[in-house]
Amino acid sequence: MDSAIPTIYDISVPGRHGSKLPDVDVPKSDMPADLLRADVRLPEVSELQVVRHFVDLSELNHAIDKGFYPLGSCTMKYNPKINEDMARLAGFAHLHPLADESGTQGALALMYELQNWLAEISGFKGTSLQPAAGAQGEFAGILMIRNYHLDRGEPQRTTILVPNSAHGTNPATCTMAGLNVKELPSDQDGNVDLEALRAACAGDNAKTIAGMMITVPNTLGLFEAHILEALEIVHAAGGLMYMDGANMNALLGVVKPGELGFDVMHYNLHKTFSTPHGGGGPGCGAVAVGEKLLPFLPGPLVQMIEAGTDDEAPLYGLRMPEKSIGRLKAFHGNFGMHVRAYTYIRMHGAEGLKRIARHAVLNANYIRVKLQNAYHVPYNRICGHEFVMEGHFKDVPDVHALDISKRLMDYGIHPPTNYFPLIVPEALLIEPTETEDKATLDEFIAAMLKIAQEAHETPELLTSAPHSTPVSRLDEVRAAKQLVLCCSPVRQAASD
Amino acid sequence: MTYIPHTDAERQQMLAAVGVTTMEDLFPDVPAKYRFPQLNIPAALSELETAAELLALSEANEHAQDFAVFRGAGAYHHFIPSVVNHMLLRGEFYTAYTPYQPEVSQGTLQAIFEYQSMICALTGMDAANASHYDGATSLAEAVTVALDVGRQKRRKIILSPAIHPQYRAVVRTYHQGNDVQIVGDGGRADLSDLITMLDENTAMLAVQYPNFFGQIDDYKTLAEKVHNAGALLVFVANPLALALLKSPGELGADIVVGEGQPLGIPLGYGGPYLGYFAIRNAYVRKIAGRIVGETLDKNGKRAYVMTLRPREQDIKREKASSNICTNQGLMALAAVVYMSVMGKQGLKQAAELCYHKAHYAAQQINSVPGYSVELSKPFFHEFMVKCPLAISDLNNALLERGFIGGYDLGADYAHLKDHMLLCVTEMNSKDEIDALVAALKEIGS
Repeated sequence: MDSAIPTIYDISVPGRHGSKLPDVDVPKSDMPADLLRADVRLPEVSELQVVRHFVDLSELNHAIDKGFYPLGSCTMKYNPKINEDMARLAGFAHLHPLADESGTQGALALMYELQNWLAEISGFKGTSLQPAAGAQGEFAGILMIRNYHLDRGEPQRTTILVPNSAHGTNPATCTMAGLNVKELPSDQDGNVDLEALRAACAGDNAKTIAGMMITVPNTLGLFEAHILEALEIVHAAGGLMYMDGANMNALLGVVKPGELGFDVMHYNLHKTFSTPHGGGGPGCGAVAVGEKLLPFLPGPLVQMIEAGTDDEAPLYGLRMPEKSIGRLKAFHGNFGMHVRAYTYIRMHGAEGLKRIARHAVLNANYIRVKLQNAYHVPYNRICGHEFVMEGHFKDVPDVHALDISKRLMDYGIHPPTNYFPLIVPEALLIEPTETEDKATLDEFIAAMLKIAQEAHETPELLTSAPHSTPVSRLDEVRAAKQLVLCCSPVRQAASD
Repeated sequence: MTYIPHTDAERQQMLAAVGVTTMEDLFPDVPAKYRFPQLNIPAALSELETAAELLALSEANEHAQDFAVFRGAGAYHHFIPSVVNHMLLRGEFYTAYTPYQPEVSQGTLQAIFEYQSMICALTGMDAANASHYDGATSLAEAVTVALDVGRQKRRKIILSPAIHPQYRAVVRTYHQGNDVQIVGDGGRADLSDLITMLDENTAMLAVQYPNFFGQIDDYKTLAEKVHNAGALLVFVANPLALALLKSPGELGADIVVGEGQPLGIPLGYGGPYLGYFAIRNAYVRKIAGRIVGETLDKNGKRAYVMTLRPREQDIKREKASSNICTNQGLMALAAVVYMSVMGKQGLKQAAELCYHKAHYAAQQINSVPGYSVELSKPFFHEFMVKCPLAISDLNNALLERGFIGGYDLGADYAHLKDHMLLCVTEMNSKDEIDALVAALKEIGS
C-alpha cells in the first residue's frame, strides 16, 4: 500500500528517546504495583524525526498562509502574526486559571475591555467570552432565551423559528437546549418568507414562540431585506430574536444588531476578529445581549469591582450574573483567543474596523459580477461579504459543484464551501474576505472562468480532478464501512 | 494601514465593475436609519504600540515564570518541549480550517488520526474523536451519548462528588433543558455510595481518575456493578497519569473523557485547552464531533478523511445529538506533537517525576506541625492538606514569598474548609519543594 507519509508509529523504533527530562532529585516513593499499567503504545522517535514528520504533514495542507481560501461562511482572512506572539507572552501563556484575582488583573483588564468592545461593536449591553466556538455561543443564546421565558412564567414558549437557509448548528442547538425547531421557507429573493413567518406567529401559535434564530447577512450572503418586519413580528408574538453572527465580517461599522432590535447574538472571533482557525479550532463564540438577557449571561463575567483613580488601576473580578444559565466550560473561555481578538481590535480602532466590512463586501461583489455570466447566480443582487452561485451547467449535466471544487485545487486555490446553503442546488458559497488583493481575486476569477470552459470542452478534467494534490479523490464509503480509526499498533494492542 | 491591501485606484476599478460609486453604496438593504453607526472604540495603535500595551497587561499577572506554582485543580504546569510550539506555528497547520476537502488537508487529517491513536493507546479505548472544547464539555457530551445508548429511556446520571466541580457545573448547564436527573455529587458520597444509586433508570455513572483530590480510588469492582445495572461507566482521566496508571479500558470504562491540557498545552489562563473523548467500538457511531478514518484514494494510496459524517449537525440538523462544529483542533495537534516527542518513555518519566516529587512534598509537609496531609488513599501528583489557618490567608503569605499555593477546597466542599489541594509536577525542583515546606512552617507557626 502506497502512502504519502508514514505514520509516526511507522517510524517508531523500540528504545528510541525523544525529549529528555531531569533525573529524579527527591527520594523515590513506592508505587503500588496493582495500580500500574504494563505498557502504553506510544511511538518512540527522535526529536528530529518528529520535526520532519510534522513539517512533512504540514506541507500537505492548503492554508491561508499559502494561498487563497474562499471558504464561504468561514471568513478565512489573514491571521496576523502579532496575534500569535501576544498570546504567547509569558504573563498570559503561563498564567494559572485559578490564580487569585489579585494576580490576574492584567488578564481580567484585557477581558473586560474586550467584553465592552464587543458590546459596543454590536450595539448590545453585555458580552460573555465563555463560549468556545460559534456553536457554543448559539447554545448559550438559546438557553438564555429559554430561561428568560421560564423566569417570566411562560414555560410553554418552546418553539424556535429557523429559516431553511440556516447553518446546521442552529437547529442542532435548539434540540440540545430542549426546544423545538420550526423551519421557515425563504422567499424568491432569498429573504425569509414574511408570510410564513406571520403565519407561524399568528393566533395561538404566538404563545408557543420562544424566539427566532436568523443569520445576518444570511447564508446566501444577502442582507435580509425585511429584517425590521421580522423583528417586529417575532417581538409582537412575545419571542426574542437571536442573530447568528457568523457573518459579522459584513457588518462591522455598517449596522449594530442590537440597535436593529436583536436581543442576543454570538460572534465568531475566529472569523471576524482574525483568530486562526487552527485546522478546526479553537475559536471563541462570544455572546452579546441586550438589557433583557443581561442577568442570564453564561459566566463568570469580568466586572469592574472598584473604579480606578489617577494613581491606581481599577480592580477587576470574575462574577456570575444573577440568573446565569451557568458555566459553559471550565475556567474562563478560550482566553488565548481573547488576547488575539483584543490585539486585532486594538490595531484597527473604529476606523479600521469600518474598513474591514466595506472591503470584504467589495471583494465579494467584485467576484460576483465577474462570474455572473459564466455561472448561474440565483439571487443576483448586491451581496454582503459572500455570495452563492450554482456549480452546475444545464448543458453539461455530469459536472457538479464537487467537480468544480476539486478542479480548483489544481489551480492552487481552496474550494468554496460546497452544497451549502441547502436551498441552492449545487451551491458554491464564495467568501473572499477583505485581506485579499485585486490580483488574487483576478486569478481566482480567471481560474473559475477557465474551469467553466473546461466543463464544456473537457468535462473529464473536472470529474477526475484533482490531478495535482498529494492524494486524489478518496474512497469515503470504504472509510465509513471499514472504520479504521487508529494506527495499526494501537489497533493490535486493543485486540490483544 | 492594517491588513487591507487595496490601493485607491484598485478600489475605484472594483467599485466601477460592481456598478456603484462609493463603498457606502454597497449596503442598500441595510435600513438607512441604522446604517453606518458611530463606533466608540479607541483609535488604532501601531504594531509596536500594541505589543507594548499587551506586554504591560501580561506583566500585570503573577505567572509561572515568576512564581513557583503548586496549584493544579484541573490546570497543570508541565514542561513543554520547544518543538511543540514550533510545529503549532507552522502556518500550514494553524491557518487551515476543518479538513472538509481531504485532498488538500492530508496534513491535518493524518495528524488528527495519529492523535486519535495515542488517545486510544492511553485510555484503552477503541476510538477517539478530534476533540471537544475542554474536559468539562467532553464530560457533558458523554452524558448525551449515554442518554442515547440508553435509548432516551434511562434519565439518571450519577456523578461522583470527586469530579472537578466546574465539570459538574458544565454538565448541569448542558442538560438543563433535557429532563435529566443528575445525582450523586451533592454530598460526600464515595464509590460504594454511588453504586447504591444505580438502578434501571441509570444511563451512566462517572468518576474522575485520579479524582479531583488527586486520589486513586479502588475501581476493581465498579465496572461490573455499573454494567450489571445496564449503565455506562465513564472515566474523567488525567491523560498524563495514564502513562503510568492502568488504563480506564482495563478498569472497564465504556467512555473516557478528560482534559488534554497536560499534554503540551500551557496554562494559558484556562484556555484554549483540549477536551479528549474516547469510546469503545460498540458505541463509536454515537460519538459527536469530527472523527478521522483511514481509507484509500482512487490510486490505492493510503489517505485520511473525516468519516461517519452523517452524525453531524451540518447534515443531521435538528436530529443531531450535538451542535459541535469548530473544535480545538490545533490543541490536538499540540498534544500529538507532545506525545510524539516525549514518546513512550518520556511521558512515563514525566508522570513518574510528578509522582515521586508529590510524594516527597506530601511527606515533608505532613511532618510540619499544624499541617496534616490526607494519606489514606494512593495519589498521583495532587494531595489534600489540612492547614492551621484560612487558605486565603495562607496563599497570600505564600505569594509574598514567591509561591502560588494550593487550591482552596473549602470554596467547593463545605467539609473541606481550611484544606488546600497542592499539586507538584516535574517543574518543581527539590529546592523549590523544600522552600515551600519551609515557608509553610514559618507561616503556620
